[in-house]
Amino acid sequence: MTKKQFQISNLKKQISNFDFRISKRERILRTKIKISNNMKNIIYLASLFLGLTAFGQQMPAAEESQPIRIMNGTAHLGNGEVIENSVIEIDGGKITLIADATIIKLKAPTGEVIDASGKHIYPGFIAANTTLGLVEIDAVGASDDEDEIGTFNPHIRSIIAYNAESRVVETMRPNGVLLAQITPRGGRISGQSSVVQMDAWNWEDAAVRMDDGIHVNWPRSFSRSGTWPDLGPIAPSDDYDKEVEELQVFLNHGKAYKSNDNPEKKDLKMESLKTVLNGTSKMYVHVSGEKAILDVLAFAKANNLTKNLVLVGAQGGETIATTIAAAGVPVLAGRVHDLPSREDEDYDMPYKFPKLLADAGVMVALENSGSMERHQVRNLPFYAGTVSGFDIDVEKALMMITLNPAKILGIDKDYGSLEKGKSATLFISEGNALDMRTNKLSRAFIDGRDISLGTRQKDLYERYMDKYERQD
Amino acid sequence: MKKLLFSLLAATAITSQAQEYFPNNDDISAVSKASRAITNATIITAPGKMMKNASILMRDGKIVDIGTNIKIPKDAVIDDASGTFIYPSFVEAYGDFGMEKPKNTSRGGQQYDEGRKGFYWNDHIRSEQNAIDFYSYDSKTAEKMMAAGYGAVQTHLHDGIARGTGMLVALNNNGDDSGRILKNKSGAYFSFDRSDQTNQSYPTSLMGMLALLRQSHFDADWYSKGYSKTKDRSLEALNANKSLTQFFEAGDKKNVLRADKMGDRVGKQFVIIGGADAYEMMDDIKATNAQLILPLDFEDAYDVTNPYQEWYVNLSSMRDWKQAPANPMLLSKAGITYAITTHGLKSPSELAAKLKRAMEYGLTKEQALAALTTIPAKMLGAESMLGTLEKGKVANFIVTSGELFEKDTDIYENWVQGSKHMIKDRSVINADGTYVTQLDGDKYTFDISGDAKKVTVKQDSTKLGSKIDRNGDWLTITTSQKDPADKGYTRWTMMLTPENTAITGKVYMANGSERNFTATKTDAEVKKDEDKKDGDDKEEDDEITATPEMGSMTYPNVAFGSAQKPKAENVLYKNATVWTNEAAGIVENTDVLVKNGKILKVGKGLSAGGARVIDASGMHLTTGIIDEHSHIAIDGGVNEAGHNSTAEVTIEDVVDHEDINIYRDLAGGVTTSQLLHGSANPIGGRSAIIKLKWGYKPDEMIYSDSPKFIKFALGENVKQSRYQNGVRFPQTRMGVEQVFEDYFTRGQEYDKSRGTKDFRYDEEMETISEILKGERYVTCHSYVQSEINMMMEVAERYGFVLNTFTHILEGYKVADKMAEHGAGGSTFSDWWAYKYEVLDAIPYNGAIMHSQGVVTAFNSDDAEMSRRLNQEAAKAVKYGNLSEEEAWKFVTLNPAKLLHIDNRVGSIKEGKDADLVLWNANPLDITAKPQITMIEGAVFFDIEKDARMRAEVKKERQQLSNEMIMAKNKGLKTQSPKQDTKTLYDCDTIEW
Repeated sequence: MTKKQFQISNLKKQISNFDFRISKRERILRTKIKISNNMKNIIYLASLFLGLTAFGQQMPAAEESQPIRIMNGTAHLGNGEVIENSVIEIDGGKITLIADATIIKLKAPTGEVIDASGKHIYPGFIAANTTLGLVEIDAVGASDDEDEIGTFNPHIRSIIAYNAESRVVETMRPNGVLLAQITPRGGRISGQSSVVQMDAWNWEDAAVRMDDGIHVNWPRSFSRSGTWPDLGPIAPSDDYDKEVEELQVFLNHGKAYKSNDNPEKKDLKMESLKTVLNGTSKMYVHVSGEKAILDVLAFAKANNLTKNLVLVGAQGGETIATTIAAAGVPVLAGRVHDLPSREDEDYDMPYKFPKLLADAGVMVALENSGSMERHQVRNLPFYAGTVSGFDIDVEKALMMITLNPAKILGIDKDYGSLEKGKSATLFISEGNALDMRTNKLSRAFIDGRDISLGTRQKDLYERYMDKYERQD
Repeated sequence: MKKLLFSLLAATAITSQAQEYFPNNDDISAVSKASRAITNATIITAPGKMMKNASILMRDGKIVDIGTNIKIPKDAVIDDASGTFIYPSFVEAYGDFGMEKPKNTSRGGQQYDEGRKGFYWNDHIRSEQNAIDFYSYDSKTAEKMMAAGYGAVQTHLHDGIARGTGMLVALNNNGDDSGRILKNKSGAYFSFDRSDQTNQSYPTSLMGMLALLRQSHFDADWYSKGYSKTKDRSLEALNANKSLTQFFEAGDKKNVLRADKMGDRVGKQFVIIGGADAYEMMDDIKATNAQLILPLDFEDAYDVTNPYQEWYVNLSSMRDWKQAPANPMLLSKAGITYAITTHGLKSPSELAAKLKRAMEYGLTKEQALAALTTIPAKMLGAESMLGTLEKGKVANFIVTSGELFEKDTDIYENWVQGSKHMIKDRSVINADGTYVTQLDGDKYTFDISGDAKKVTVKQDSTKLGSKIDRNGDWLTITTSQKDPADKGYTRWTMMLTPENTAITGKVYMANGSERNFTATKTDAEVKKDEDKKDGDDKEEDDEITATPEMGSMTYPNVAFGSAQKPKAENVLYKNATVWTNEAAGIVENTDVLVKNGKILKVGKGLSAGGARVIDASGMHLTTGIIDEHSHIAIDGGVNEAGHNSTAEVTIEDVVDHEDINIYRDLAGGVTTSQLLHGSANPIGGRSAIIKLKWGYKPDEMIYSDSPKFIKFALGENVKQSRYQNGVRFPQTRMGVEQVFEDYFTRGQEYDKSRGTKDFRYDEEMETISEILKGERYVTCHSYVQSEINMMMEVAERYGFVLNTFTHILEGYKVADKMAEHGAGGSTFSDWWAYKYEVLDAIPYNGAIMHSQGVVTAFNSDDAEMSRRLNQEAAKAVKYGNLSEEEAWKFVTLNPAKLLHIDNRVGSIKEGKDADLVLWNANPLDITAKPQITMIEGAVFFDIEKDARMRAEVKKERQQLSNEMIMAKNKGLKTQSPKQDTKTLYDCDTIEW
C-alpha cells in the first residue's frame, strides 16, 4: 500500500466511523475542520467523495502504527466479568493492559487515546457455524459454494471458498461480529470448517484457525413422509438405523486407515479424518431431538470421540441438559430467533433454550443456521440479547457469543475475551451491544488493526441522504 | 361349494331378469317366475320399526309383501329364517364404485391455458362427465361391500373440481347392468380436488378453487341466457344438472363451511361430504342447513409406548383420537341430518369397528341404522326404492344372526334385488363355545372359538397342546398328553347337532383305547378366566360399559386453546408508562380505562368504577402491534399461481383460525395482521385483515367493514425467475407493466359494459374495477426502483393511488416520489442478500423513507419474525437513529394508517379499540416481553395463564398417552406416531 492510499483509507474510515445521528451538513463541517487542520489532505477529500459514489469496497485496515489506550469505558470482558471504568491498552496487536482505571496508576500515553466514557467495550463477537462468504446471494446459484455433492466429504475444506470481500461479510463488522466459523453444508459429512476474522484481503489472511473440525449431519430419526407436492406428516424414519450404521462404517474405515502407517494407496477422505480421530480437531455433529442427541453421545463415547465432540443445533436437548453437561460436551445452540419445533411447545422455547442448557452446566455458544442465515449473522448480538431476557445474567448470555464459542472453536488462546496477552480484537459501542437500540459502534479493532466500520450499505445510505438534501 | 352355489344362483338370476323382447338362443323361453319368501324372522323394516315372526315375499327383485300375516302363494320358494333378524341393506351414499379413472394423456410441464376446446376454459371443471361413461361393475368390491351390509351404492368419477353426474347401482353380483343400474345421472358432484386428466395450473390453491367454482356458476347463468358465441359443453352440463341433488366433497369442518358459503353465493345448497371434525364447530355446521355424508375414518390410537416418538404427536392429534368418535352422536344431538359413508376407510369391512366406537360414545343403533339406510336413500332421491323394507321397494335386505351392531352378530346373507348373497352360511352350526366332559375321573374343558378355528383344551387345570379341524358338522380335535414326557396324542372326533347344547363323539386315547363321550356346553365365562390365567395382556375390548369421556375441548381445540372464549372485560391499567402514539407521546404513571372493548379514558388517577384493576407500575402499555404483511393462519395455499392475475381469489375464504402461530403472535404483542396473498403473480388475491382473536372463528376474526385490499407483485417472483423455463407471461419487468395496462384497460371496458344485455359478471373484473374506483387499496410487493416508479406511473395513468409498497427494499431510492404519489412503504428492517433484486437493500431503508415523509412500517412476511416485531422496530433506532417513539410507530400506528384502520387501532386514544399490550419493559428493549395482550377488551394472551397452560398441556398429553397405551394393551389397532404440520407460508410459497 502506498502512503497515499493509506491516507485515503484512513480518511474514509474517519468519515464512515462517524456517528450517524449527526446530520450530513454537520458531518461535512467537521470534516472540513479536520481538513483545515491538515491542509495537505485536502486533495484527498475529492477522491474521498469519488470513492463514496463509486461504492468502494472497504479497505482492510493496516497494522496499528502506534499504541492505543481506551479510557473509561465499561469493559465487558466476555468471560462473565465487567470492569466499569476500564483502561485498555493495545500494542503490537495485543491487549497489553486491561484494568480498572480508577485503581491503576497509568503512565503517560504514547499513542492515541480514545475516550470511551459512557461507552461499552466488548471482545469481538464470534459467530459459529456460518456459511458467510460461501454464498453471496441465496437465489443466485452461481454465487453458491456451500454444498458439495457426495455423502461423506470430510476432505472438503470451506476455507478456500471463503470470499473475504463478500458484501455480506462486511455488514457483520458494524454490529460487532468480528470472527466467524465458516462451515460447509450438506451430505452426511459436509466437510471441514475454519475460523476467520472478518477484515482481510483474502482467505489466507482471514484464517484464524484452519480446518478446526469436521461437520457431521446426524441422520434424522423423524422425517417428513411423502414426496413433493404430496407431502405427508412427519413420521419415524425407516432409514435411521441404517444411516447411523453407514456413518459408523465410514469411521471404522478411517480408524483402520489411521492405524496403518504406510497405506498402500493414499485415501484423501481417510487422511482428512485423522485429526478428528486423534482428537486434534473437533467433530461437530448437527443434530436435534432428545433421542438422537443421546444416540450421538453414545456414538461418540463408543468411538472415543467425546472429548472433541460438539453438538450443533441440539434442539430438544433441554430435557437432557444434565446428561450433556455430565459428558462435558459443548453445544452450539440452534437459532434463538426461531419457531418452536412443534405446536405444543412453549412459545418461547427457542428464546430460552440456550439458557436452559447453560443452567444445567453445558458450555453453550449460539449459532443461527437455517433459512436466510448469512445476512442474519449480524443479528448474533441480538440473539444473545434475547436470551438475556430469560432470567440469566446478561454477561453470561454475552459469553455465548464471546468466550464460549472461542473455547469451542479452539481459538480462546487469542480470542473471545478481553484479557491481557490476547489479541486486541474488540469494539466500542454506544451502549449495550446486545440491544438493537444501543448496538452502535464507533471503533473496532481486529488484532489491533483499526478496522473500517463502513459498508456499501452505509455508502448507499449516504448517497441517497445526499440526494434528498440536495433537493431541500 | 359356495362358488358353485353362487354360479347356480347367478344363472337363474340372469334368466329371470332377461327382458321379454330379447331373443333367446340359449334355451327355450320357459322362464321361472316363482316368488320367494323368507319367513319367521324378526324384521326391522325401518329404524325403530320391528316385527317379530314376520315374512317377506318378493318377486322380480322387489318386495311384494311384508308382514306378520301375509299371504304366501303356493308356488313360492320358502326359506325359513327362524331365529334371524332382517334389516334393510345399507345404502352407500358416496364413493367411486366401479369407476375407471382415465389416464392423463398430456405431457408434463407447465400448462396455463385450457387443454380442451368446446369446454369450459378450465380443465378442472368437468361437469360434462357422466359416471356411467366410466362405469364397469366391480364384483370384487361389491362382494366386500355386501359383506359389510351394503346393497346399493351411489358412485361417480372422482376427478375434477366439478365432476359431473353420479349413478346409483345395486350391488348384485348375481345380476347384470340391465337390472343393477337403479338410477343414472343422479346427483351432480363437486370437490376441492383438481382433475388428474390435465396439467392446467389454475387453480393451485383452495381459494382459487372457491373462486373458480363461483365464476363457473356465474358463467353458466350467463351462458344459459344464450349470450355466448362459442359452445361450452361444461357449462351446458352445469346448467342441465342444476335440478339434481348437488353433492360436494369438502373434507374437514372448515372446508364444509367454505363449500356451503360458496354454495350460498351461487344459489346452491349442497349435500356435503365431510365434517368428521364437525363437533368442533357444531353451531356453524348446523347453521349451514347442509345435510352431511359423514366419513367414519377415526384415527387409531398412536403407539406412544416410545416416549421419544410420542413427543412428535401433537396434542390436537391425540384429542382427535379421543374425541372424533363422538362426532356422529353429537351431530345427532344437534339435529343435523347425516348419512354415514365408508368413503375414507381402507375397506368397508372397517365399518363395523368404527360404528362400534361411535356407539361407545352414545350413538344409538337406531341413529346408526338410519344413517346407513333411510337417510342416504332420501339424499339420493331413492327413498321409493331403498332404505326401508316396504311393499314395492327393491328387495335389498340383510339377514343377521342377531341384533345389528352387536358384537357377536353376524351377517348371514345380503339379499340384493331379491337375490341371495351368502356372507356366512346360517345353516352351519356355530360350534364356538365351551364344552365340558368327565372322563376317567378327569374333567376335560374344550374352549372352541374363532368359528371353530381355535381350541384350548384342558385336562383338569392342565392345558394340553391342541389342534382343531372342522369338516361340515364334524369336528376333530387332537390333544397332547398331560405329562409332557408322554409323546402320544389323543384324538377326539365328534358331531355337532342343530340344538348345539352338547357334542357327542368318540375319543381315541393315545394308548389305543376308544371311548364314547358327551361334552355339554357351559357358560362362556370360563373362557375369560382361563385367558387371564394364561397371563395374556389382551383383554376383551367389549368390557367398556361407561361412555368414554370426551376430555378437554378448547377454543380452538388445540394446545394453548382456551377453555372459554375470551370475553371483553372492563379493565383499568394503573400507573403504566403509556406509549400513546398520539401528541402526548410516552407518558409515565398513567392509567388507561377499558370499557366495552374500547379505550374509555387515558389519564392520571382514574377510578376503576367496577373495572378489574391491573397494577402496571414499572410496566409499559402500548397499542397492539399491527403486522402489515403476514401469511399465518391461511389454509390451502397462499398463492393462486395459476394465472398472472387472480383478483378473483380472496384470503378471507381460507382463514385458518386454528393456526398456533396466531397464539405465538399474541405472545409477541401482535393484535392485527393483514393476511396477504403471495407474490406469484402481478395481480394477486384479496387480503384478509384480521384481529388475532385466538379461539374465535374465521369470520369473527376478519375486521367488520374491513377496508378492501389486494396484493400486487413485481419483479423476480412474478416473472418466474427461478423457473427453468418459464412460459407464463410476463417473463420480464417490461411484460409486468403490460399486464397491468391490459387489466386496467379491460377493467375500464368492463365498467362500460355494465347494464348491457349480454354483460357477463366477472369477479376478477369486479375487483379490478374496485381498484380503478379507489374502493380497493393495493399492497404491492416490490423491490427495485425501476418497477416502483413504473407502478406509480401506471396507477397515476389510471387515476388511483398505489396505497402501499411492501418489501420495497429500494424505497429509499425513490422515497421522494413515493411521498409525492402518496404511497406508503412497509418493509423489512434488515433483510437482504436472499436474491438478486435485494442486492441494494439497506437497513436504513425505513429511516430514509420516513425522513422523506413516507408512512413507513416494518412487517414480517414470516411467522417467526412476526412474533418479535418490537425488536425489528428497535432496529430503526440502530439503523437511522429514529427516536424510540417514531420507531415504535413503524409497527403500530403506521401500519394502521397504511391499512386505513387507524380510526380504530394504532394508538392509545379514547374511543379506539382496546387492543393493548402490557410489557414488562420498554417494548423496544431486547428483553421486553408482553405480559398481557388484549383485543377489544378481551385478554387473549396472559403470561401467567400461559404458564398454567403449559402445565395443563403436559398433563393432558400424559393422560392421553396413558389412554392410548391402554388401548394398545387391549389389543386395539394402533398407528405409528406422526406429526401433522402446517406449511409455513411466505410470499414465494407455491404448492399444488
